[in-house]
Amino acid sequence: MSEDMSAYPLRLEGDDVPMVRFMNVTKSYGALVVLDSLDLDVAAGEMVSVIGPSGSGKTTVLRMLMTLETINGGVIYVDGQPLTHMEKNGVLVPASEKHLRKMRADIGMCFQHFNLFPHMTAVENCMEAPVHVLGLSKKEARERSLELLQMVGLEDKVDQHPSRLSGGQQQRVAIARALAMRPKVMLFDEVTSALDPEVIGEVTNVIRELVDKHNLTMLMVTHQMGFAKEISDRVCFFFGGKIEEQGSPDELFGNPQKERTQQFLSAVMEAG
Amino acid sequence: MSYFEYLAEFGPRFVDGTIITALQTVLAAVLAIFIAFVAGLMRMSPNPLIRGIATVYIEIFRGTSLLVQLYWIFFVLPLFGITLEKFTAGFVAVGMNLGAYGAELVRGGILSVPRGQWEAALALNMSPTKRMIRIIFPQALLNMLPPWGNLLIELLKGTALVSLISVSDLMFEAKQINSTTFLSIQAFGTALVIYYVMARFAITPFMRWLERFMSRKLGRA
Repeated sequence: MSEDMSAYPLRLEGDDVPMVRFMNVTKSYGALVVLDSLDLDVAAGEMVSVIGPSGSGKTTVLRMLMTLETINGGVIYVDGQPLTHMEKNGVLVPASEKHLRKMRADIGMCFQHFNLFPHMTAVENCMEAPVHVLGLSKKEARERSLELLQMVGLEDKVDQHPSRLSGGQQQRVAIARALAMRPKVMLFDEVTSALDPEVIGEVTNVIRELVDKHNLTMLMVTHQMGFAKEISDRVCFFFGGKIEEQGSPDELFGNPQKERTQQFLSAVMEAG
Repeated sequence: MSYFEYLAEFGPRFVDGTIITALQTVLAAVLAIFIAFVAGLMRMSPNPLIRGIATVYIEIFRGTSLLVQLYWIFFVLPLFGITLEKFTAGFVAVGMNLGAYGAELVRGGILSVPRGQWEAALALNMSPTKRMIRIIFPQALLNMLPPWGNLLIELLKGTALVSLISVSDLMFEAKQINSTTFLSIQAFGTALVIYYVMARFAITPFMRWLERFMSRKLGRA
């Protein structure tokens, strides 16, 4: 725990500062090392897919970036600023709750099980944080939310509670809810894994549209290899808490170099 | 003496007693709910001292007899300079006792809200207070309503003990009437029926209504 923090810059500067940088990030639960000295950059506007077997640490990457998990070593930077740490007397110290709240404003996340607020309608779900975190007026927040719900194709469901919506519809509301905070980075954690096959398309279509029309930086953990191949700028294959291999979708899926990548991909392709 | 004549003579005293019992119940319930929320939240505090205080409170009030607690508050506290009027001592004892049980319901209700709700609220950058008040509490409240219905019935029945420090509640009146008439079946039968009616036809329907009201408000109906 007595890591020498002077090895880490107080902020990232220069022309090509990545939107997200994991620098030597380690995460462990007791003796179990989930992520081992991870280095990963995501450029602004880039769509990076994270694939790998369960237990490889891929979901942990997103959860650390969302500050749902603390880290045991290293530093995460967002938009050049340290996320997990903050500057104090010229050195990096673990981030205070106040610092985390400032930094979290740039990050949005969608979950496997949607996690919509069941006591609020679709539009209320979207308005909640803009009103109670950003301090928007209800009118402004409602306009913003209706626009987003229209974008995800749910303009006729705005006043429904989540219990009245299908899984695909709930996940689309969750995407609109996260976007209503205008994040710079969006995290998708297996957002189609809990969905029935016939509604997966309505969610992937929304993500596809985000990639095409918006300049968001996105990190997506997924089991849908076809979708990852189609929309990613880069794919990272995680194994045993490390990035085993990464590259463009064509490289990684078409011509994987590492044996573990080949094994994983052939196993996944066989499963269909 | 027919039961009709009996009621004609003693009915007004049963009514007076019932009113005192209802007052004791309402005041004790308000106190119990307040204590339950404070102690329940304290039990979840990250601060071990705050958590410890709540745990000790809950252990003492759940682990000892309500009657002993009542006697302590009415007979022992005056020796330490705290004198409560018997009516106040009555509902304070009942409220403090049932509040300790309620604290566990509050804690359980909050823990019953799925972890994903906390995480979603955090991902939307809501402050810890807003997460609790706007997201967790409304859902926890609905989850804990059914056990609260039981607890309030326990509380109503518990108020009968205040007759032992001479608060003139329903039980006190029944005993008084019995000791002058020796018509025990009429005295305690009437009290029994009134307690049952209060629990079954006042508290239970009220809690059912509250559950329906809250479910509708939370979009679950």
